[in-house]
Parts: sequence; C-alpha cells; structure tokens
Amino acid sequence: MYRYDEFDRTLVEERVLQFRGQVARRLSGELNEDEFRPLRLMNGLYAQLHAYMLRVAIPYGTLSSRQMRALAAISRKYDKGYGHFTTRQNIQFNWPDLEDVPEILHDLAEVEMHAIQTSGNCIRNITADPYAGAAIDEIADSRVYAEILRQWSTLHPEFSFLPRKFKFAVSASETDRAIVRFHDVGVILKRNAAGEEGFEVLVGGGQGRTPMVAVTIRDFLPKEHLLSYVEAVLRVYNELGRRDNMNKARIKILVHQIGAEKFAALTEDEWQYTRESELHLPDSEIKRIRGYFAPPAYQDLPDASDALENALEASGAFARWHRSNVAEHRQSGYAIASISLKPIGGIPGDASAAQMDGIAAIAQELSFDEIRVTHEQNIVLAHVRKDDLFDLWSRLGPLELATPNLSLITDVICCPGMDYCGLATARSVPISQQISERFSDLDRQHNIGALDLNISGCINACGHHHAGHIGILGVNKRGEEFYQVTLGGHQGYDASIGKIIGPAFSSGDIVDAVEDIVMIYLDQRQDGEQFLDTYRRVGSLPFKEKLYDVA
Amino acid sequence: MTLQIVTANLLSDGHVVYLDGDGAWSNWIESGKTAKTEAAAKKLMGAAELDVVDGVIVDPYLIEVARTGDAISAVEYREHLRANGPSIHPHFGYQAERPEK
Repeated sequence: MYRYDEFDRTLVEERVLQFRGQVARRLSGELNEDEFRPLRLMNGLYAQLHAYMLRVAIPYGTLSSRQMRALAAISRKYDKGYGHFTTRQNIQFNWPDLEDVPEILHDLAEVEMHAIQTSGNCIRNITADPYAGAAIDEIADSRVYAEILRQWSTLHPEFSFLPRKFKFAVSASETDRAIVRFHDVGVILKRNAAGEEGFEVLVGGGQGRTPMVAVTIRDFLPKEHLLSYVEAVLRVYNELGRRDNMNKARIKILVHQIGAEKFAALTEDEWQYTRESELHLPDSEIKRIRGYFAPPAYQDLPDASDALENALEASGAFARWHRSNVAEHRQSGYAIASISLKPIGGIPGDASAAQMDGIAAIAQELSFDEIRVTHEQNIVLAHVRKDDLFDLWSRLGPLELATPNLSLITDVICCPGMDYCGLATARSVPISQQISERFSDLDRQHNIGALDLNISGCINACGHHHAGHIGILGVNKRGEEFYQVTLGGHQGYDASIGKIIGPAFSSGDIVDAVEDIVMIYLDQRQDGEQFLDTYRRVGSLPFKEKLYDVA
Repeated sequence: MTLQIVTANLLSDGHVVYLDGDGAWSNWIESGKTAKTEAAAKKLMGAAELDVVDGVIVDPYLIEVARTGDAISAVEYREHLRANGPSIHPHFGYQAERPEK
C-alpha cells in the first residue's frame, strides 16, 4: 500500500493547522459564512439538512486495517457510531460538530488520511478498480496510476478553481469495474500490438442533470505522457469550460458542444507545451510508485482448496454467499471476497463502528491488512486464501455482514437522499429498503440474475441512476415525492444511459412498478439472458405496456 | 398570506432550529413564532439576520407551516424531515431526545 512521504505528510499536517485556525476564526466571528463556506468545502465539510457532514477521501478506495479502525474510532468519538460509504469510494460522517472537525482531521492525518479535494471545483478523489492487484483480467494494478494522478492533482495550483468539479477514474482490466465512461476523464491501461503499455483516454462522461458517456480522444497514449496529456486536457477545459452557468460547466458540456474531435485537437495543441515539461513520467517513477503496490507475500498454493470444497459441500448458506460474493483471483489458491453493505432492508453503504472494526480485524488476519471500498458501496477483501473463505464468512455473520447478494437486485446503489442531503428532491434510502425487502428471497434474486438497480434522490445522480439497468430518480412533484424510472443504463466499457420509461410513480407505487418491470423481464427473457440483454433485445415497449396499461 | 416561521441551522453543530417568540432558537418546530403577514415575516427575518451576524445561526429562511389546534407542522416534506430528523435514522436526530410535553 502507498505510504505518505515527507511531502504528503507535511501538506496534510499544514492543512489541519490551517483549518484549525479558520474554524477558530469562524467561531469567533472573524469570518462570516460567505467567507468560511469555500474554506470548509476545501476540507470536505458540507452543511446538510440536520447537521454538518464531513466527507473523507479514500484514494482509489484502498484502506489499511489501521485506517479503517481510525474511521471507526472517529465515528464513535465525534459522530454517532457509523459512517456512510459513497459511490466515489469516500466515507461520510453525518453529525460532526464544527469545533471538532479540526480534531477529526488531525486524527485522520495520524493515519495518512484527509478530506482535501472531497468538495469544491477541483480534481476530486481519484477512483480505481476495487479488484486492482487481484483481478484475473488486469494488465497492471490501476492504483499505481491513480496514485500518480493523485500526487499530480493534489493542491494543483492551476486546477484549484476549475469551472466545476472534476472526476478521474482509472481502469487497467478487460472488465470495467471503475465506471470510467461516466467520469470527466477516464483512463484505461491497455497493451498495443507491440506489447507496450499505454492509455486509452476518455473525456466528457458524467451523470447528473445531463448524463453523457465519455468519448475516446486518444486510443493509445504512451505511459510516459500520462500527466502531461491530462494536464493539457485540464488546461483546455479550464480555459473553455463555462463559468456563467453551473449546470453547463462540466467538461462533458464543452466536449458535447465543440465535439470530441475539436476537443482532442485543442488538447493536442496544448500538449505541445506540457509534453516535454517536468510532467514527463519516466519509467523509474512508475517503478517507484509500483513498489508501494507490490503484490503481498502470497503462499505457494494449489488453486483448488479441499477446505473450500468441503465447506461448500457442508454449508448451503456458505455456498450461497460464495456463489455471489467471491471472485477469481490472479494468484493460485486465492480469491477476492466482497462484503456486502446491503443487508436486506438496510441502508446501502452504511457501516457501524463495530462493523468497521470487525472488517479491519478480518482483513488484518485474512487479507494482508488491506481493504477496498467500491463505488457500488460495498467492501472488498482482495487477497483471501481459498482455504480461509469459510472462516472469513463465519466471522462476517455475527457482524451482520454476510449478505449474499453481490450484483443481485438487492445490491442497490443509493445516495443518502433527502434523509440527509440538502440538495435532494426526494428520499432515496426508504425506497431502496422497500425494494430490498420485496426481493429478499434469495432464490428469486438468483433467478432474476445480475441486475443493477440504482437510486438517486435528485438530478445530481450520486446514486448513479442513469447507469442502473433499472434506475430510479426521486423528484418533487407538486410537493410530493415521486419516482421516475429509467431502463437500460449500464456501467461497463460499453456504457449506456438509461431511458425514461414514462411518467413518475408515487412513493406508494414505485416498488410495485419495479416488480412489474422484473416480471416482464422474466416473462420475455430467453435462455442465458440477463436483464440488460433482454431489455436491449425487446426494447421498452413491453415494459411500458405493463406499467401504463397502454397497448 | 400563509402562516410562516423562520428556520435556520446552528453554526456550532448545524442542527435545525426555529425562531421562537422570545427571539431565541428552539429545536422544536412548535415553538416557532408564526407570522401571518408579510410585515411580520420580514420582522422575524430581521431578527434572524442579527443572529447570523452574531454567529449563532446560518442561512435563515421562512417556511410555510400549518396549525392544527395548538400544533404547528411543516407543509413541505423537506421541512417535515428537517423538523423530525432523518426518517431512516429516527434515533440519530436530536428529535429523539424530545421532552414529553
């Protein structure tokens, strides 16, 4: 795992001191709210409906057990004993007092964490594949490049006041687990015909009010140019992105308006100025950062595990969990285990302090002290011996963390919605809870198969509803909570944006509507199809007919 | 004009408060001083703005309320949630500590 060097440590400690002074001046009245707001937002501190909210960055979603324990301790000491993992691989605390926040940031700095760039019009937390370093289909560990981008973007003076926020995602596998096509910039590590590694660079993706799938502006960028090229992308956006209208300020609007070709050409022009600068990324630097992400000290094991086979035979409950929550690992004898934060009827992404401590202890013993947080609001233990999977699962049960539903319909992505968020137009979590209860039967979930159901409480789309096979958007319709449904969204390399199926449903009708959609899919599907396949084949008409009684 | 009260969030912890008849800030919506006229609403907001300057509260605004007998409740569901705490965590809002009347 990455460890802070003297630069990281110094800048994080200096920021804590600086913010301590700013909070003191706010509390003494020296600063008013207009002066203080941008300062607190630069430190991840939002004002929400019921209290302040502190968003803490988890770079590329990777945590050590020590860091997870520190998050648990913070939630106990300064909050209400829980945290909420978000769709940007961050964690949010919902109840900090203003005067405690500098102390929280201090406690975070002790474990090499912070809340810098978790808000504001800057480059946000760099996200990556949660299976990085373990995935069977990866070219390299995507976190190496995410870390390089993190270092480049942290407190980048030129990009501290962009037209709008800016999100990067990094993937290095054949399968997209980082939703790169829904980011302002996505980079995908690939190999060319000569076997050299380089990046496909995508720009202009995003969800929110105007959802767009990112387009490729460069098929193959040699690795050494990663920073100089994205610097050029940011320069073009910083200069030409709109600043007069917040809703049109994201890079996706610029790319859409001038066209991808024009944007690529402008980037190429700008790149001439940055290409041979100090941003050149030599192999030695990549190698140095790669050193931080060296594979753990795996044991030499046969791929098959008798212990696992016996446990699968002996325990149906374990076998069900294994079926959905365990993925193949690149190392013989190891597996990737996902811990669902989606208990039936629970709050997606929430974890109690006891659960965080429990996960930390299990990771320390069974997964080389390493934890991943996913944009789907689950936890991944990336390097578990197959021999240990039953032990791992046995320990998850008492923590209420053994829900066997990964990628099934109850594994809902959901933003906090109006229960907490000041921007929301409707509640989202209660709808996810009702859907989870309605589809709680595991045999039924498996029969339905892989289905991404995503819910957002407003147009900003933190709950990724545009990318859900079934997407639900909460809206305020004449003072009441209503829910608009989209179908056919998808988050892979072949990403698509869900299409609105028709008029919104009331809070009383939305769960029935979801069930109707599932019934139509089950009725229409052919052998081997998942929901998305069926939808793409049959289109929206059969669903419309059922939902709105139209022929 | 509809019945209105002033709400804000405290600077210290961000909690939801309502301006009461004594010019103090209460956690409870039913303590909110109601305004029936534009002039009365403006007066309440004027008092609230002074507390913004004094660093007691942030972002005060008027909300519409309905009176049923002695009780006051928010009209908008957003304000209902602010008055009652997160519906998914009813035990976490300060409202969980509401004293018996």
